[in-house]
Amino acid sequence: MSSVIIVILVTLGTLFVLLSAIGLVRMPDTYMRISVNTKAATLGVGLILVGTAVFFNDLSTTSRSLVIILFVFLTAPVSAHLIGRASYFMGVKLWKGSIMDDLRGKYQKNSYILKSEIDDTPENNVDHSKMNDK
Amino acid sequence: MTLTDYLYYIILPVLAFSVLLIVYRFIKGPSIADKIIALDVLITTGIGIIGVYSIIHGRSTFLDTAMILALIAFLSTVAFSYYLEKRNRKK
Repeated sequence: MSSVIIVILVTLGTLFVLLSAIGLVRMPDTYMRISVNTKAATLGVGLILVGTAVFFNDLSTTSRSLVIILFVFLTAPVSAHLIGRASYFMGVKLWKGSIMDDLRGKYQKNSYILKSEIDDTPENNVDHSKMNDK
Repeated sequence: MTLTDYLYYIILPVLAFSVLLIVYRFIKGPSIADKIIALDVLITTGIGIIGVYSIIHGRSTFLDTAMILALIAFLSTVAFSYYLEKRNRKK
């Protein structure tokens, strides 16, 4: 019985990891790749670790895998936010099919402040339509 | 087909194939941010592979390695993005 549960959990986790890898290759844009990384890969690894916890059926292993799951679930959004912010400041362009850029003209170039409306000093704004290709 | 055979002959090759796809993005990645994301996903997939290996061999000690890898992944991503912003700021 428990091996059926393990097979289901590990198969689902592996499928999510495979889908995240395919998405990492196929997505047209850095920001979409970040979203693939944060959601699919994290869920897949979480399912695989729950599978190990079911397999060993033991308090110390269960607590260990739960700690890993908690840690991965806590840190994946933080690191995705940090790397997305850094790449936005670096001038990594959005995909040309993207419809809108909510942050356009709102990040300040030197002070790194995010304003809630488009500022009236355009030379200080991070604007991808005026930047060179990176 | 036992659980070990299933994990060894079906699950591990699929995970290895996804590692190959991620390495392709890591080598090709047009910007440096793509490479950092690919590194992060690579380590996350490595945690999954370590979990599958610990089921196959029946040793729960391998999970400690997975914990340390998760720590290193977070630390490296934070450090890389911090220095990217810093390099950008100096210009």
